[in-house]
Amino acid sequence: MRRERCDMSEVEGGERGGAGGGDGAGDGVADAPPPFSDRVLENVLENVLQFLSSPRDRNAASLVCRSWYRAEAQTRRELFIGNCYAVSPRRATERFRCIRAVVLKGKPRFADFNLVPSNWGAHFHPWVSTMAAAYPWLEKLCLKRISVADGDLSLLAHSFPNFKELSLICCEGFGTAGLAIIAEKCRHLRVLDLIEDCVEDEEDETVDWISRFPGTTTSLESLGFDCVGSAVNFEALEALVARSPALRWLRVNHHVSVEQLRRLMARAPQLTHLGTGSFGSAAAAAPLLQGGGSSVEDLAWTFAASKSLVCLSGFRDVEPHYLPAIHPVCANLTSLNFSFAEVTAEELEPVIRRCHNLQNFWVLDTVGDEGLQAVAATCKDLRELKVFPLDPREDSEGSVSDVGLIAISEGCRKLRSILYFCQQMTNAAVITMSQNCQDLVVFRLCIMGRRRPDHWTGEPMDEGFGAIVMNCKKLRRLAVSGLLTDKAFAYIGEYGKLVRTLSVAFAGNSDLGLRYVLEGCNKLQKLEIRDSPFGDSALLSGLHHYYNMRFVWMSSCKLSPRGCKVVAQMLPLLVVEVIRDRDEDHDNEAVSKLYMYRSLAGSRNDAPSFVEIL
Amino acid sequence: MEGGGSYGSDLDNLKATELRLGLPGTDEPKKLPSMLPRSSKWAILEATKRSSSEIKSVEKDQKPAAKAQIVGWPPIRSYRKNSYQAMKMEAETTGMYVKVSMDGAPYLRKIDLKVYKGYKELREALEDMFKCFSLGEISRMDESNVYEYAITYEDKDGDWMLVGDVPWEMFLSSCKRMRIMKGSEAKGLGSIP
Repeated sequence: MRRERCDMSEVEGGERGGAGGGDGAGDGVADAPPPFSDRVLENVLENVLQFLSSPRDRNAASLVCRSWYRAEAQTRRELFIGNCYAVSPRRATERFRCIRAVVLKGKPRFADFNLVPSNWGAHFHPWVSTMAAAYPWLEKLCLKRISVADGDLSLLAHSFPNFKELSLICCEGFGTAGLAIIAEKCRHLRVLDLIEDCVEDEEDETVDWISRFPGTTTSLESLGFDCVGSAVNFEALEALVARSPALRWLRVNHHVSVEQLRRLMARAPQLTHLGTGSFGSAAAAAPLLQGGGSSVEDLAWTFAASKSLVCLSGFRDVEPHYLPAIHPVCANLTSLNFSFAEVTAEELEPVIRRCHNLQNFWVLDTVGDEGLQAVAATCKDLRELKVFPLDPREDSEGSVSDVGLIAISEGCRKLRSILYFCQQMTNAAVITMSQNCQDLVVFRLCIMGRRRPDHWTGEPMDEGFGAIVMNCKKLRRLAVSGLLTDKAFAYIGEYGKLVRTLSVAFAGNSDLGLRYVLEGCNKLQKLEIRDSPFGDSALLSGLHHYYNMRFVWMSSCKLSPRGCKVVAQMLPLLVVEVIRDRDEDHDNEAVSKLYMYRSLAGSRNDAPSFVEIL
Repeated sequence: MEGGGSYGSDLDNLKATELRLGLPGTDEPKKLPSMLPRSSKWAILEATKRSSSEIKSVEKDQKPAAKAQIVGWPPIRSYRKNSYQAMKMEAETTGMYVKVSMDGAPYLRKIDLKVYKGYKELREALEDMFKCFSLGEISRMDESNVYEYAITYEDKDGDWMLVGDVPWEMFLSSCKRMRIMKGSEAKGLGSIP
């Protein structure tokens, strides 16, 4: 079987080079210490390689020869593990001895949508315990979709005396107790970013973690806890902000009222990134303005004093009459996240009309097509747009449509990334966008009604998505929806040559659809499919490519255990997991969930009972 | 959905000629030996789990199959979904529960004030709730056209007030608990809307 030279951005770049044959100078030679001249060269090489930071470049460098492999391993400082099960912690730490920063990703993305049963895996524990011994000088850790327990955070805090930055994205399993230990023990902490995690405490066991930060001046630069459900001790928070002169990013949760926000901003006028919490008044039922809470004028004055603000988010329980308070900073904003703010077009317009420099905008569909037109009129520099639905159900009333999409495409020509939830769409609008926004790298359109056709013509959405892959030559990530036939996939296979991530739901007619993609998209790395009629023969048509991919997810398709077994047998380095739902019949002929990924670690030993590894 | 291409039907034919154990007509899939112990153990575990906990499922992301909603569609993170609900309905999801006592009743009740739109609904609900105690109707009036019972509430300052004087919203924000007291005690409190 032909194995192509891979374009991976992960640790196994060098590993596979050694095993693959043909490109290692030391192939087959035992690992004897290199001769003196080589050692000199290696030293020189190490000095040069330390300037190489991109994992891709490093992987390439490590494939040149054994000498380069060793030098690279010695000088790599950042470890990127795109799939925590692709390599064992021991193997990674043995190859790379001097790591200072680790990025670790776990569960497949569809876990975000409840498609992966909990306790599936991606536990932090084996990694933190191995790293505790191997990387005492670890400084930075970024975890995404990993199951992290309080005990793991405790081990982390006690094992890495120089620890500086912790980012947890879409993680779960820990609570305020774990946060307290981090706050207390990591004396050099610069970054604590909790992004969309599930931070859950047992009843009545919420810990006052904010009070546990050191009482002296801290080195905090970034503190984000907008996903923490429990209120924090505000006085302690205010004091913490006051003694953190380096603080630039602050994201508070919705328990922080606008009055409290003002106090925090007064303590930290140097902030560049602010998550505003509720942006509503604490003054109880009192309908606002004079008397109860902050006045808009006072709030505006506070914002005006924060001259460095470039990014605003939060607005969780926004009282629209407070919105004008942010006008003073709008012109400087490059990022604005209104995706939790239920505002109408009328309420949005005065704000957005001032945001000439906006590059990233997240918003709720409550602003409607009219709101998007206002965005298009002003935000000429917009790079990223995300439009979320307030009512995330299939049959809800849509507020944005093809009209909004066309407006954006006409106004925001530099758009690179779009995520758009809507109830109805037309091919014409999508085609228009493909023509106007040629810089698109990410195109994710979610027509919420399953298999919904073009609402003007009644036709499938094939032509729209076809135009996207044809015209947007830089496209790397694509998510499709609506009524789609195999033709759409033929387009994707033919034109989507740079596509790396593809998300498919309720689409296609037959195995042909998936075959087109697997045979055509030779840069494909991540494939996630649900509820589409693709079966074993389609799955088998991708055998030549699966080793080049990070993972494949297929749920509620037409796969059988036999087809999956064939893949597992033909590709020994691929881990093929069949995941069963709780209430599923065990004798079921069809495979309900398939998750497969390349791995140097073999079958994992922590698989729960509902996961079968073929 | 159209049927598969030629590959699909080849696979089907292959299946037809496959030798298996079992009666013709049954579709027994071939089981691997390693599968059995795991799955049967799990089945027993599942059976006991189901019988013991019906109300709350242990796994927080295993929702009971709702009729119209598909799991995970549209693809919005639960984190976001929950946030919107919290926003839209603030205390509604947590409820605004206050204790209600009635003079002469052996135990108290708890009600969620948020579910009522106004005083009339509240009164009717209280009637319903307390009629099992056979203490008489809350709304019954005596000869002098005064209510036999008075519905009162304790406000934020700790004072006992007559229900119905202030606007509903204000009542909601200040009511800590309620007491349905006998007319004799409530003498002079006047009539309740």
